[in-house]
Amino acid sequence: MSPQKRVKNVKAQNRTSQDSNSFQTTLSAWKVKQGPSNSKNISKHGQNNPVGDYEHADDQAEDALQMAVGYFEKGPIKTSQNKDKTLEKHLKTVENVAWKNGLASEEIDILLNIALSGKFGNAVNTRILKCMIPATVISQDSVVKAVSWLCVDKCSGSTKVLFYRWLVAMFDFIDRKEQINLLYGFFFASLQDDALCPYVCHLLYLLTKKENVKPFRVRKLLDLQAKMGMQPHLQALLSLYKFFAPALISVSLPVRKKIYFKNSENLWKMALLAVKQRNRGPSPEPLKLMLGPANVRPLKRKWNSLSVIPVLNSSSYTKECGKKEMSLSDYLNRSGSFPLEQLKSFPQLLQNIHCLELPSQMGSVLNNSLLLHYINCVRDEPVLLRFYYWLSQTLQEECIWYKVNNYEHGKEFTNFLDTIIRAECFLQEGFYSCEAFLYKSLPLWDGLCCRSQFLQLVSWIPFSSFSEVKPLLFDHLAQLFFTSTIYFKCSVLQSLKELLQNWLLWLSMDIHMKPVTNSPLETTLGGSMNSVSKLIHYVGWLSTTAMRLESNSTFLLHFILDFYEKVCDIYINYDLPLVVLFPPGIFYSALLSLDTSILNQLCFIMHRASGNWKCGLLLDMTFDMGPWYRKNLTAAKKNELVQKTKSEFNFSSKTYQEFNHYLTSMVGCLWTSKPFGKGIYIDPEILEKTGVTEYKNSLNVIHHPSFLSYAVSFLLQESPEERTVNMSSIQGKKWSWYLDYLFSQGLQGLKLFIRSSVHHSSVPRAEGINYNNQY
Amino acid sequence: MDSYDIPESTPSASSRPEDYFVGATPLQKRLESIRKQTSFIPTPPRRKIPQCSQLQEDADPQNVAFLLHKQWTLYSLTPLYKFSYSHLKEYSRLLNAFIVAEKQKGLAVEVGEDFNIKVIFSTLLGMKGTQRDPEAFLVQGLILSPRLKCSGTILTYCNLCLLGSSDPSTLAFQVAGTTGACHHTGILSKSQLPSENREGKVLWTGWFCCIFGDSLLETVSEDFTCLPLFLANGAESNTAIIGTWFQKTFDCYFSPLAINAFNLSWMAAMWTACKVDHYVATTEFLWSVPCSPQSLDISYAIHPEDAKALWDSIHKTPGEVTQEEVDLFMDCLYSHFHRHFKIHLSATRLVRVSTSVASAHTDGKIKILCHKYLIGVLAYLTELAVFQIE
Repeated sequence: MSPQKRVKNVKAQNRTSQDSNSFQTTLSAWKVKQGPSNSKNISKHGQNNPVGDYEHADDQAEDALQMAVGYFEKGPIKTSQNKDKTLEKHLKTVENVAWKNGLASEEIDILLNIALSGKFGNAVNTRILKCMIPATVISQDSVVKAVSWLCVDKCSGSTKVLFYRWLVAMFDFIDRKEQINLLYGFFFASLQDDALCPYVCHLLYLLTKKENVKPFRVRKLLDLQAKMGMQPHLQALLSLYKFFAPALISVSLPVRKKIYFKNSENLWKMALLAVKQRNRGPSPEPLKLMLGPANVRPLKRKWNSLSVIPVLNSSSYTKECGKKEMSLSDYLNRSGSFPLEQLKSFPQLLQNIHCLELPSQMGSVLNNSLLLHYINCVRDEPVLLRFYYWLSQTLQEECIWYKVNNYEHGKEFTNFLDTIIRAECFLQEGFYSCEAFLYKSLPLWDGLCCRSQFLQLVSWIPFSSFSEVKPLLFDHLAQLFFTSTIYFKCSVLQSLKELLQNWLLWLSMDIHMKPVTNSPLETTLGGSMNSVSKLIHYVGWLSTTAMRLESNSTFLLHFILDFYEKVCDIYINYDLPLVVLFPPGIFYSALLSLDTSILNQLCFIMHRASGNWKCGLLLDMTFDMGPWYRKNLTAAKKNELVQKTKSEFNFSSKTYQEFNHYLTSMVGCLWTSKPFGKGIYIDPEILEKTGVTEYKNSLNVIHHPSFLSYAVSFLLQESPEERTVNMSSIQGKKWSWYLDYLFSQGLQGLKLFIRSSVHHSSVPRAEGINYNNQY
Repeated sequence: MDSYDIPESTPSASSRPEDYFVGATPLQKRLESIRKQTSFIPTPPRRKIPQCSQLQEDADPQNVAFLLHKQWTLYSLTPLYKFSYSHLKEYSRLLNAFIVAEKQKGLAVEVGEDFNIKVIFSTLLGMKGTQRDPEAFLVQGLILSPRLKCSGTILTYCNLCLLGSSDPSTLAFQVAGTTGACHHTGILSKSQLPSENREGKVLWTGWFCCIFGDSLLETVSEDFTCLPLFLANGAESNTAIIGTWFQKTFDCYFSPLAINAFNLSWMAAMWTACKVDHYVATTEFLWSVPCSPQSLDISYAIHPEDAKALWDSIHKTPGEVTQEEVDLFMDCLYSHFHRHFKIHLSATRLVRVSTSVASAHTDGKIKILCHKYLIGVLAYLTELAVFQIE
């Protein structure tokens, strides 16, 4: 097509794009009315055509098209004088319509016939072929008819080439392909023609199914290869053959090569896009096989892999080998199996999950989210075992410090770990191989290399008995923990928090799945909870020691309290009967911290922890703040399962004594200004010796070092001119204003704590406030 | 990595939790055993001294002789999935075509065609410790002279021993053109074979075995064939191609098996303890001192009878070797050396041990010399390989 004409066509397309919809309706109406054999008598008006100018124009164009088609169908009229002119006119009409809106399959059928029958000259045939653009689909019969014309050899070589290019470009729009596939032998024979060969190869590449791959064809292709040498299109077809029949043929594609076929589509690029848009409905994804280079790398480094993770490949190899011995049922199973390459969506996976052809190398699932789902729910031992072996060996082999110190491949290893972690996050489940790898490699780890990845792996350790894991893992981690910087400590605490969270998630799901458990590992829920509580206590020990080492760093304390925030939610969020509190070393450091946010966090945790009690776990409490809460006692009853397990599970009275102790100290310090009476007990004589006169209120919400600045700014807000601020003026109403001020400063934890522990019932609240006010 | 498009209903939520409570899944059992392994000393503190007549009776003496006096590179290998001994012929055809296709990148070859490379699979009868051990098998890559293609696949055994002495690692497979456009990618250093060597020249040999691999066998199902030890002799590039084929076909994993100094000293002790009728080589140790600018190697040769005498003076428990004895043995050698040269060998790294029974290098190279103790040596290597893959 000349550039001029193309421009024109594009213009035409633009001009009429607005009315394309209505045109389509008329076209479809026309299709309904007309049989393919009887295309001349066209009723112009569909039944429900809305009246309009555009419609009129469309009808005219359609008429012209029908006349043109009719003209071509009759064949060239030799007597006519202005033959060329008419021909040109009709050709133009067809081209315009085709590029604008595409042709109906009936029209394509007729015109294709004409183009290949050689009634007109070569130039005309070329032009007709170039504008064979379907409106939606091409019927397979027209293709079959067209191919039959090729057999009688009426058309020139260039027309044939163009036809094949057209066929390749339009392949996806052919409605069905069974009949075309029956012509496989014919196409295959056309490979002999040197000019056609590249395009026929491409067509065969699209068309080939497993049953088309026959030994004689393999031999023929190899002969062709011998004749023509290494041709990219031939390579591609051969590698497809190898894919289907690895027992017949072997080929290894070069690494660099990317393009195997000449681009047949560029003649119709614009039109193809338009057709795709028109067809936007649920059209099946065409099967396109990936042509990857075989991954043998006898390279400088190691030969095991180019990329660490193998390429996805169906396991046709091993099955093929035992062909002779294969029983009938095996054969049937195999033909019904679903090739991995076609697996594109989750519904597909669900439909074919029973007959999925597994990859030849299990490791390849790591790059495929759908197969990860499969791995996750399959209970097939060999599948898991193959994946296990692959992953543990690869980790061992790639690990840059485990075997040899090849630190130059650090980046690769980091990427690999990232991939694994992504997969674990995706599945919300750790791999056993990773755990085994941690056992082996952690003792040798320097704590620096791939730190974040490595710690993330730690957080994905599958749930297991803590006392078993401790000597293998946590003891080694502790050594690093104590000897490394504060940042390392914080990241370890962070990952332990994630570990706790992951364990809790698994356990909480498990309660609902299986109330009765029988496992050698953790026989009862109590046993599992024991393991969790050991983990928490271990972290408590770690953090107490770390606080000493880092001289009560606020930064570290934040991470520690983060961990305990997770801990105090165990019962409420995960329905698991476990309450563990922080060790005193953490509690008092937080309570006496100079940082308001720490204190706020502490208040929040205490508030959440008291939620456990509210939910009915703790019963017998005497406390000077008045009767403790029973109103949410029923909350726990709604979950009978938990109720059942809980009954066999006893909280030690120590835990809530401890909690009460903490709570007393906190309320005593922050609220009632009796800091050293019940909670923290210090002998009054010693307090006398310190010389601090007003020690009693020195730790309440006003005088506590971390609140002092708030109090001052509160007072300054009240009376900005004041030179000296009188702290004790915050009393009575001002006290509650001050509290509101504090809450407005974002101290939500404090707010919740005070609301739940002090303001709860009207009686103690009044008492508490009165007490303060009179002080 | 493709994007993880999470579907509306994630099945992981419903499927996950059983498997750690079911508990008895094979994976969990395996993890248990790993925990045990890692928590205690990596190797058991006592082992049997290799006994001489452990070869099964049906072992072909020619086969055995063929395996001796060659330097093998060690690999550990995870269990082979769906490997079948009845398909060895088929495998050899496939592997053959695979090698040729790899050597001539981009050019397809027909499986079963006659190439001038031939791959032969054959079982090594009797190479096992117990009846449960799977049969060992051998893979050989032969290069055939153009005139006499693919004859005498079995015949080749006869002159294998002769070939063993020459170092084939310098050779690469030669690919004679199956087509006009063939590309020779191999290095043809000795491609013009002498005429008297018509039947074929062994370029590459590798064998798979499992001697007393009970601990591994227990944990895998019948879909797998456990041959944890793989020994290769030939160019690394050829091992790479063949290994890749096995990995793709049987979903297994090869990794080089290095022998650390700890295990080397065990080898030294165990092999010194073996009774050998006539010593063919001196007992020799090689230590490496990592000092700049050049590393220093210290070789220490002892007359084998002296070494044996030393061992006998240390040895207490009959038929067994214990960790203390190994340590003592090595300490004696160290102190002897220190007395003469004032060098503390314990501060250096043991790199190689060679005795009349076998010699081993830390890079995972081994040469077995004594026919009597073949199985004993292999049993220890199997143990190391199993340890690596577990």
